[in-house]
Amino acid sequence: MAKKAVVLVGTKKGAFILESNSRRQKWKLSGPFCEHWPMNHVAADAAAGAIYGAGGNEWFGPAVWKSTDLGKTWSHSSKGLAYPEGETPVKTVWSVAAGHGRIYAGVEPAGLFASDDAGETWRQIEGLQKHPSRPQWQPGGAGLILHSIVLHPDDPKQFWIGISAVGVFHSADGGKTWQTRNKGTRADFLPEGQRYPEFGQCVHCLVMAPGKPNRLYQQNHCGMYRSDDGGENWLSIEKGLPSSFGFPAATHPRDPDKLFLLPLNGADQGRYPPGAKVAVWRTDDCGAHWQDMRDGLPAEHAFFGVMRQAMATDSLKPAGVYFGASTGAVYASPDEGAEWTCIAENLPAISSIETMVVEA
Amino acid sequence: MTNPVKVRLPALLVALFPTAERLLELEVGDVDELMNALDARWPGMRDRLCDSTPAVRRHINVFVDGKRAALTTPLRPGADVFVLTAVSGG
Repeated sequence: MAKKAVVLVGTKKGAFILESNSRRQKWKLSGPFCEHWPMNHVAADAAAGAIYGAGGNEWFGPAVWKSTDLGKTWSHSSKGLAYPEGETPVKTVWSVAAGHGRIYAGVEPAGLFASDDAGETWRQIEGLQKHPSRPQWQPGGAGLILHSIVLHPDDPKQFWIGISAVGVFHSADGGKTWQTRNKGTRADFLPEGQRYPEFGQCVHCLVMAPGKPNRLYQQNHCGMYRSDDGGENWLSIEKGLPSSFGFPAATHPRDPDKLFLLPLNGADQGRYPPGAKVAVWRTDDCGAHWQDMRDGLPAEHAFFGVMRQAMATDSLKPAGVYFGASTGAVYASPDEGAEWTCIAENLPAISSIETMVVEA
Repeated sequence: MTNPVKVRLPALLVALFPTAERLLELEVGDVDELMNALDARWPGMRDRLCDSTPAVRRHINVFVDGKRAALTTPLRPGADVFVLTAVSGG
């Protein structure tokens, strides 16, 4: 059966969808969807054929949008997606993840919600708020946001989350209790001698290697890291990269040793590609060596950023790689980063890129 | 109905609820009851207008007989209620 590649784009002014056949040479754009709401993360529940959009609107507050017909029609709900009366209300939804028949949503201020009815109603996973560190959580530049949700592929009770600027947490009991998972990651913005705290690190993006649930990668505000024990210990893998700073990380769909990054020049240097020349950096050996891939990408005067959720791979062979820029351009490679083309431009600032592959 | 409250809703809100109307009449005693009545007609609408404080959302303005109102503001029979989106965004 022929396959179709679908790229889901979350932007500051709505969601967009790009579609192509499996060759991924010509793309058709549709959108904007979701009534121009800022959409922080648009992601697929591939098993159910559904698209979920995590967003929040200055007027109307947070909601998770949903489409089951590839964007033709959308609904939205925030029923139950709220903290108890008297607490700071949920401002916006930052991330969605689907697995084991459940949808998860990460919100600002940081918290985790779950839906057992495909996004119609939500309930808070309250255990996270009961972690002893909660009173000391401090926001990162984008706010106190729960932006990364990593589900264990086989164990529905196990998941990891990333919060800026708090760090990584793991739960093995469905969210009742949580443990910090930040050992070995730096917080260069803290005083000397306090740069390896239990929590308080600014994780930017957390992803899991395919077929290897104990292997996690994280792009951090202060370095690039790998863990081979479910986040118990982190090892720096930034040697060979042009910068230790960046936002997104995207795993290969099948090879746990391959990872794609888009390093930016530094937290206090403008946050654009080093030298204003765009490159995606790939490792084939889980971070021991890095290769820049820039054929077809802007070779000069590129001053855009690429946000934490704005890079993804697809599951076709060879794997496609995609990223979206703060200037509204989407770049795609149909061959694991070897060659790149711009497949959409002049969109609103891009917050997220995700993919799904469906029957054509 | 004896003398219902007249309620006008903003176009941006109505766009989120396919069967919603811009102008309607309700028998309610205060703004909080008004929000619940809207939610009963169009499930989810209260969440779009109010947060969990509970309060009217920061960038939503409710005017009752020309004066800015809160959830506790009473509504006299026949009151004019405008729900408006504030200047916001970029």
